[in-house]
Amino acid sequence: MSIATLPDDPQLRERFSELKPPLTPQAATIESNRCLYCFDAPCTSACPTHIDVPGFIKRIASGNLRGSALRILDANILGGSCSRVCPVDVLCEGACVMHKQGRHPIRIAQLQRHAIDAFQAVNGDVPIAPARSRNLRVACIGAGPASLACAAEVCRQGAHASIIERRPLPGGLNTYGVAEYKLRAIESLHEIEMIRRMGVEFRFGAGIESAEDLRELEGEFDFIFLGIGLGAMQQLNVPGEEAEGVMNALELIAGYKTGRIRELAGTVVVIGAGNTAIDAANAARRLGAETVYLLYRRGESDIPAFDFEYEHSKVEGVQFLWRRQPTAIRMDPNGVLLLDTVQVREIDKTLLPIPDSKFTIACHLVVPAIGQSPITDLMRDYCKIEVRDGMIVTDRANGRTTNGRYFAGGDCANGGREVVDAVADGKRSALAMLRIAEAAYV
Amino acid sequence: MSDIRVRGFAGGIDSPNPFWLASAPPTNCGEQIMRAFDAGWGGAVWKTIGEPVTNVSSRYSATDWNGLRIMGFNNIELISDRSIQDNLREMAEVKKRYPYHAVIASLMVASNPEAWHEIVARAEDAGADGLELNFGCPHGMSERGMGSAVGQVPEYTEMITAWVKEKARTPVLVKLTPNITDIRTVARAARRGGADGLSAINTINSITGIDLDTFVPRPDVDGKSSHGGYCGPAVKPIALNLVQQVAADPESVLPLSGIGGIETWRDAAEFILLGCGTVQVCTAVMHYGYRIVEDMAEGLESWMRTKGFGKIDDFRGLSLDRITDWKNLNLNYKIVAHIDEAKCIGCDLCHVACWDGAHQCIHLDRVTGPVNGPIELHSTPSQNEARTRSSIAVTPVTRKERAAASSPRGQYMTPIERIPRVDETECVGCNLCSLVCPVEQCITMVRVDAGLPAETWDERTHGAATATQPHRS
Repeated sequence: MSIATLPDDPQLRERFSELKPPLTPQAATIESNRCLYCFDAPCTSACPTHIDVPGFIKRIASGNLRGSALRILDANILGGSCSRVCPVDVLCEGACVMHKQGRHPIRIAQLQRHAIDAFQAVNGDVPIAPARSRNLRVACIGAGPASLACAAEVCRQGAHASIIERRPLPGGLNTYGVAEYKLRAIESLHEIEMIRRMGVEFRFGAGIESAEDLRELEGEFDFIFLGIGLGAMQQLNVPGEEAEGVMNALELIAGYKTGRIRELAGTVVVIGAGNTAIDAANAARRLGAETVYLLYRRGESDIPAFDFEYEHSKVEGVQFLWRRQPTAIRMDPNGVLLLDTVQVREIDKTLLPIPDSKFTIACHLVVPAIGQSPITDLMRDYCKIEVRDGMIVTDRANGRTTNGRYFAGGDCANGGREVVDAVADGKRSALAMLRIAEAAYV
Repeated sequence: MSDIRVRGFAGGIDSPNPFWLASAPPTNCGEQIMRAFDAGWGGAVWKTIGEPVTNVSSRYSATDWNGLRIMGFNNIELISDRSIQDNLREMAEVKKRYPYHAVIASLMVASNPEAWHEIVARAEDAGADGLELNFGCPHGMSERGMGSAVGQVPEYTEMITAWVKEKARTPVLVKLTPNITDIRTVARAARRGGADGLSAINTINSITGIDLDTFVPRPDVDGKSSHGGYCGPAVKPIALNLVQQVAADPESVLPLSGIGGIETWRDAAEFILLGCGTVQVCTAVMHYGYRIVEDMAEGLESWMRTKGFGKIDDFRGLSLDRITDWKNLNLNYKIVAHIDEAKCIGCDLCHVACWDGAHQCIHLDRVTGPVNGPIELHSTPSQNEARTRSSIAVTPVTRKERAAASSPRGQYMTPIERIPRVDETECVGCNLCSLVCPVEQCITMVRVDAGLPAETWDERTHGAATATQPHRS
């Protein structure tokens, strides 16, 4: 049975047309031939999953596209989505030695996409060891990138993996949270369909809500991998936050990606300046909002978003209100949403309101985007897993938690990084589980 | 301004510059040649004239390299498919309108004296400034006893050259085929036959490639192919070698028109340094058009001016005495690779090339900070690679992490551990690393004093005989 998918929505596709269209085959050949084929290449080192970048690029140059895709997927089973969502400026492409010669870095992400697109166009399959050839059963909680990578590696090596997901669709933020002009939800699902064909079992609509649920899993599986991501988005903690017309960034993004939100109008204010805030602000623009403000309590040089995301949002027409904080959300008698804000200044790392700087913005939608809250206590309390600063404590080399049967990776263990980091975490955990199982049977 | 004019080449051919179009599709008709002269070409060797042929379609194929088009070019086209009459009428017209440009008639007819006498007379009557005997075409015509079928047999070459010389009043150039074990045997024959000059080289027998879907080699003529003639940038080194062989052989040497992969003034200068008085170009024009001659003429003139050469003869053949037999090379000349750390971009291609393809003396063992004990770890490339593949890397997501990741480490732009180190005591000075290094002037070969006087293999093995000869120093 295939994984459920989403209907193709032409309006969505048009409004969120791809930021970076794919390379034509000849452009890919030319670009691939620019690669110097560095030895022990810095791009490979910089990639958290250590994709053999020169290796896959040279395969494109020679016309061995299937080999190229397999080379990528061998290191990173989500190589397709990573090619679209990775902040390559600070990863592989940032590490490209071409920079040091004053030349444009190799367009690694575009080439990676070229190879994977060709592979997926023919519904290519990753070679796997015979199913059940290893006596190991792994449950992955959450169907985001970390769990997908973990489960795929476990199955690839002939063991069993089940993914347990409370939502109706797999992929986590890959499906529900990435700007559609970078990675479409249906592309994410297509990629996961390939993972399903590797033998990964998916259980949807099954949340792990209680100690009882976990006990059951422990009975059925040898190891449990926690790829549960972060918690709900953080509250603004201002009066009126529950008003209709307040919707957090992840809700907004998931809403438009699944077709529940198709149109916005008027003025939208996004609060926060991380990558998710930028995604939400750009989305609001593309959904039809005439004016989109991004409100940030600090200055331009402090924003946590990547530089290229910030630059992109300017192109999308997002306007910025620096050093301003929300103080209240109100509704005027005519039903217009009002956001009260105040100018702040930073003194000794503390933000102090500037007197008489109150400014009220009449708007249609307020979108808090100030990060996700730390994860639930269930794991800590029941599984005896150490949680520190809202993150599950793991050994980075193998994903092991303080409870030997539990592994963890992705945002819940690294505090919120990129898809590629989650994939690396998931794969390292899988390899560790396989090693332990191997040792146990010797 | 330096003078790039050609005067009295091969006993009487003048042209405004040494750049001639080779006998090929770019010189198929008068209209083309006149446009070429307008573009700046100094001369043209007319597409070979003879009894008209029927050509096939397709005719060309190419070897691309690393995404670049036409590193090498191949054709199975025959000589002119236009009537002798049309070609010669147009030739007369061209000569009338461009009296100071060189128009050379390339000729190929059946191997009997009457046919050659007749065509020579007709071409000269049309106004040709010289004749080029096509003894080189390696495909098609050779199956009919012409082209390289003549050029591969010294006796035939001598005989037909002599027939032509019986009649010719203008200089006669013999175009040599490279498809022979020793090109000098034919060059000598042409000279014995009375040739006034030589053109070298014609195209090289080739099969450029095979279509991996149809299994038919290219070019595909209705499911079959035939070997063709290879030319273009790929053949230049072969052409230079053959030109040198002819130019350095006292029994072969004649005024030379150099041919083979010439695309820029630099290529042309190299042929001239090996003794050529003119050069001929085809593939580059087929790729880019007649306009390339502008830079060829400007570039050559400008280079000559920088070097202080007033005319072409000032540097013609200058490199000939720099080529010798291997046995005369100095065995005690020693160079070692030197890596400029400031220029190194850390691609480490030299490391893997030296380990896998040379002498295992470029190491990735530079370290920062104090070292206890020997640092010559000599890890193999795969050990070095395995180390990085097992490391844990994360995306720098916060501003602080990003700043740390992008800030330079140490005094060089490349981290010291990625800058390879040459073990000079082991380096044999082979040049490989400097050839693979993508950065200009990053790896240079530096002379080291071996503390020994110059000695050649010849001297070493014939020590007694050389004792009386003066020592080079």
